[in-house]
Amino acid sequence: MTSPHSSHAAPQSFWRKYVFSLDHKVIGRQYLDLSLVAVTTGMILSWLMRLHLAWPTRAIPFLGVLSPEATGGIITPEYYLSLMTMHGTIMVFFVLTTAPFAGFGNFILPIQIGAEDMAFPHFNMMSFWVTFVAFIVLVSAFFVPEGPPLAGWTAYAPLSAVGKDSGPGEGWGQTLWVISIAIFCIGQLIGSLNFIATTLDLRTKGMTLARMPYSTWAWFITSVIGLIAFSVLFPACILLLLDRVAGTSFFIPAGLVISDRLQPHSGGSPLLWQHLFWFFGHPEVYIAILPGFGIVSHILPAVTRKPLLGPRVLIACMIAIGFLSYTVWGHHMFMSGMNPLSATLFSVPTLIITIPAAIATLLWIGTLYGSKLRFNTPALFCLGFISVFVSGGLSGFFLAQPAIDSYLHGTYFVVGHFHFVMGVAAMFAIFAGLYFWFPKMFGRMMNETLGKWHFILTFIGVYCIFMPMHYLGLAGNVRRYSTFTVDYMKGSIPLHRFITVAALFTGAAQLIFFYNLFRSRFRGEIAPANPWQATSLEWTTSSPPPHDNFGGHHPVVYHGPNEYGVAGREGDYIMQTSPEPEPVAAAS
Amino acid sequence: MTSLSVKSPAAPAQTGVLVGIAAITMSFAAYSSALIVRQGASPDWLHFTLPRVLFFNTLVVLASSATLYVARPRSRATADPAGSGAAVDAPNLTWLYATILLGFLFLAGQIMAWRNLAAQGLTLSSSPSSSFFYLLTAMHGLHLLGGLAGLLYVVYRVRRSSPVRAVVAYKAASLYWHFMTVLWLYLFAILATRI
Repeated sequence: MTSPHSSHAAPQSFWRKYVFSLDHKVIGRQYLDLSLVAVTTGMILSWLMRLHLAWPTRAIPFLGVLSPEATGGIITPEYYLSLMTMHGTIMVFFVLTTAPFAGFGNFILPIQIGAEDMAFPHFNMMSFWVTFVAFIVLVSAFFVPEGPPLAGWTAYAPLSAVGKDSGPGEGWGQTLWVISIAIFCIGQLIGSLNFIATTLDLRTKGMTLARMPYSTWAWFITSVIGLIAFSVLFPACILLLLDRVAGTSFFIPAGLVISDRLQPHSGGSPLLWQHLFWFFGHPEVYIAILPGFGIVSHILPAVTRKPLLGPRVLIACMIAIGFLSYTVWGHHMFMSGMNPLSATLFSVPTLIITIPAAIATLLWIGTLYGSKLRFNTPALFCLGFISVFVSGGLSGFFLAQPAIDSYLHGTYFVVGHFHFVMGVAAMFAIFAGLYFWFPKMFGRMMNETLGKWHFILTFIGVYCIFMPMHYLGLAGNVRRYSTFTVDYMKGSIPLHRFITVAALFTGAAQLIFFYNLFRSRFRGEIAPANPWQATSLEWTTSSPPPHDNFGGHHPVVYHGPNEYGVAGREGDYIMQTSPEPEPVAAAS
Repeated sequence: MTSLSVKSPAAPAQTGVLVGIAAITMSFAAYSSALIVRQGASPDWLHFTLPRVLFFNTLVVLASSATLYVARPRSRATADPAGSGAAVDAPNLTWLYATILLGFLFLAGQIMAWRNLAAQGLTLSSSPSSSFFYLLTAMHGLHLLGGLAGLLYVVYRVRRSSPVRAVVAYKAASLYWHFMTVLWLYLFAILATRI
């Protein structure tokens, strides 16, 4: 039997070991490192926006030197849109897609199914480096004449399609954006293909689908969603690129005058871009959050010392969410001149999709109910995940209804909603996963005290940032505006200042995390193989695992990952690899 | 109890190609729906006669699938790609070369079709119909180049006289190649009916 590693032995040279590595563990860490750089960049961009919103007339120190577009450190409305576009693009693509799915998935998935590596190690390496190039191309938009694009992370046509006339950054900047996203699609497609083939074909003896850990299930479902979603975004990017550079008219309507110039295009459909984009864009939300579902469902039993409630129901919910995610994209377009009947058709599945999401949430809460929860940092971030997911999810009920959405769509209500449910929830899952798997990845424990402080401050911080946004939105505070110094919106400035202070505070709290991350990497307590007394395969091997994950042997699996709280034995859990018989179901 | 399935090493390669086919299908579905929406969006759709060489090309690509099928390894009943040492015949090299030749012939024919269109003054940006014509044929051609790379890899494996790996590669590459043929038939139908 050939296996991926028989074709590549443990590498010796620096380049093969750390840079162009074929080892899924190194590639997973590379993805996480990339997203760490990306999240820091994205966060700094958000501070610039927040500072400007709170004190629109004050110059931001050094900004004028760094970017010529912000003359004298004052952010122009156009530059504000550029910052917003880059913040959204970096965060959605290079953090929320990269970290929970490609990062953790790469590192953990092969180990959890007992494989030595991914099915196609060369493709795996390619997928990371393609993603890396995409990031470089995107960030280079900061350094071209007129700066980064301003069409938003959704790049609505025709604004994104006509070129220079539609504003600064819409020349080179927007072209780089389109190229970057197209390259990113290729990277994610290769990655998803690899995840699917690996999960289907490389499971070790006894690892049936029903015995796969929930995190592996989540990554598998996510990769199927990603495969379909990025397969549609890529053609959309090609069409947009052709409109920009080859003079075609896919998205640009006839007779369009921008900046007093008649655009030399005819008959295109701007709505076509929105349909193609959101057909990707809505599933993308689940690409960001489903790995979070998996990570939390994987950690909860280990910290509650109880089997997860309804494991098969949870998997069914994740599959249902995957299917439904392709039926709801139109709810992003209620305000795009859609036929009211279509709006209703998109509204109904949007409301239906809350059912599996709510069931999953109830399963987590049911697992927590009556448990002796170990209040360690991964547990806290799981609780935080559930909290922000519910807070953000609830406002989704309102937005799912076209009549209410028509009032709220252009306001901060939506900003608060999606930052909670997609941004912060996914970030909390990333943190939970990182605190949980860090010992496995680096062989050292992260500091618990610092971790708890990190959680508490971040938790308070994000609620202070995003909760008031719902209120602002209800009060009619429009989004995407760079200042609120005129007329009726003036009254919102004090609250905007509060949000800005909270954002800076939350950002500062991340310094604790960075300190903990780097200190623990080198000085942390040495981690045992199974610090959390968890059952899945990654805890049967050393921390960090050897090059072939299990030191030359193939683990054999006898149980599902859910054997926690087993009475009448030393230790209250049964490893998946333990040959002992499954316990007779307890009376209660 | 557990059901322990023993996977052959061919499995990941075949799964990979199948998943890739799903992705490519999805992306061409996106192009097709864009074509339909764009055609209905405004009256600037220009109908033109498809270059005749496309009919010839369709025959070429069908023939290439046939030659690839003929090239299949005639494994005996005991053939075992899992490498237990049982005899496995490698794919037939001559028919593989024929397939590759037909593949390149097809690509040359597509380029002729482009030149034909350009000679009529129809460029990428003349009309949405010509945009989609160039786009769909180019995208299919690029994917077909990938298929040719796969076939060349099979040849390499046969020549390195590693029949087991050659058979694994053949199975994956031929799956992809036949899909390319089907995809072309679909695109040809779309182009013939819409343009």
